Amino acid sequence: MAEYRLKTPLTDEDVTKLKAGDIVYLSGTIYTARDAAHKRLVDLILSGEELPFDLKGAVIYYVGPTPPKPGEPIGSAGPTTSYRMDSYAPILIEHGQKGMIGKGKRNQDVKEACKKYKAVYFGATGGAGALLAERIKNAEIIAYPELGPEAIRKLEVEDFPVVVVNDTYGNDLYEEGRKMWEEK
Amino acid sequence: MRTVQYNDIVNAIKEMIIYSTTHLSEDMLEALKRAYEEEKSEVSRAVLAQLLENAEIAARDTKPLCQDTGLAIYFVKVGEDVKVEGGTLKEAIYEGTEKGYKEGYLRASTCDCFTRANLKDKVGYNLPPVIYFDIVPGDKIEIEYAAKGGGSENVSRATVLAPAQGKEGIKEFVKKVISDAGPNPCPPLVVGVGIGGSFDYAAVMSKHALFRSIGTKNPDPELQEFEEELKTELNKLGIGAMGMGGTETVLAVHIEMFQPGRMCHIASLPVSVNVQCHSSRHAHITI
Repeated sequence: MAEYRLKTPLTDEDVTKLKAGDIVYLSGTIYTARDAAHKRLVDLILSGEELPFDLKGAVIYYVGPTPPKPGEPIGSAGPTTSYRMDSYAPILIEHGQKGMIGKGKRNQDVKEACKKYKAVYFGATGGAGALLAERIKNAEIIAYPELGPEAIRKLEVEDFPVVVVNDTYGNDLYEEGRKMWEEK
Repeated sequence: MRTVQYNDIVNAIKEMIIYSTTHLSEDMLEALKRAYEEEKSEVSRAVLAQLLENAEIAARDTKPLCQDTGLAIYFVKVGEDVKVEGGTLKEAIYEGTEKGYKEGYLRASTCDCFTRANLKDKVGYNLPPVIYFDIVPGDKIEIEYAAKGGGSENVSRATVLAPAQGKEGIKEFVKKVISDAGPNPCPPLVVGVGIGGSFDYAAVMSKHALFRSIGTKNPDPELQEFEEELKTELNKLGIGAMGMGGTETVLAVHIEMFQPGRMCHIASLPVSVNVQCHSSRHAHITI
């Protein structure tokens, strides 16, 4: 279990050194999107239109934050369950996305896309919304404000703590971690 | 007949919501600390340390513990000798919910089932809540509230077993629900189990079981033993905090059965498992 500090956007070199179980502190720009925003992004790709942000090396955080109080960049902002993005993630990875942050299991298509196109799935601690929000220094809605909590936000993060769940080699922390501690 | 003012109920509910979504209850804090001490996996311990730190930050800044501030769930016991002046009790709960979520900067997480549109301007901010009313002797109104997140609700399951399957069948069902859920419901978990009554009532009991303080014992010695047995079995699954592998998957199992007499229909054995994440936000007021 290694520890890394990485700056976004991520490169092939960044992600291929990561193994399931490694702890990573991310800094730089990341983008938020949930189900509804993912659907719109994929529709744009399929119709050959421009996306609201550059997907190359991008990290997308699956989060629907609480409303910020006056003077705060963002409210509580922990990860949401990732499987709802499984049908959209592979096409985004194929078009340059390098990192996903969420919680919970991914399907085989996402894991295959991570191997084939070199991307990683990071787990953040669900229910640690207040702690994670402290690592978000700035937040700005850049697309789909009508989606409310589901709008696409551009976040500036500093040492945002995540764990590698699915790496570029087909490893899965959820499966391996559980196997290690399971009592038959 | 005792009289209670509508606005007093609205304000009490509003304050209960804001406090309990930003301050993790003592029983949960104790349970998480115990899990942190006992967890053997390094990565799961790191997660539990984050959760304890998160609870400190949330309380310090009155910031929601989790961004999923839930569907508002209420169990309400209304005394036969109390009446609300200035509006109905149900309206007061709706208004208190809306005010609590809005003024507490909590998330409006309700939406249209099909269009998925947030109807906070039409239906109300995070409305409607789910309310179960009961009428009891006395002149008090007792309100239990929980902010129930979607991730753990999504993996909850109900079934009706054949009577011959008995306790062994219940054990297998509970194990399957938690095993299939894996990392998704944000373990370590509290597991509510409702047994008996009808198909729907087992589910209601499994939800109400989540309101019991962790560390309190089931008054029925056989159920107390069954709860411990289930907890031990579930912790053998190795799921760990946030599913990263570990020994502390379940903080507590709480069972409720249809009373009096732990009853059900002669042909049935209804069982429901309501899963609660580690951000168990529940509160209780008596007016």
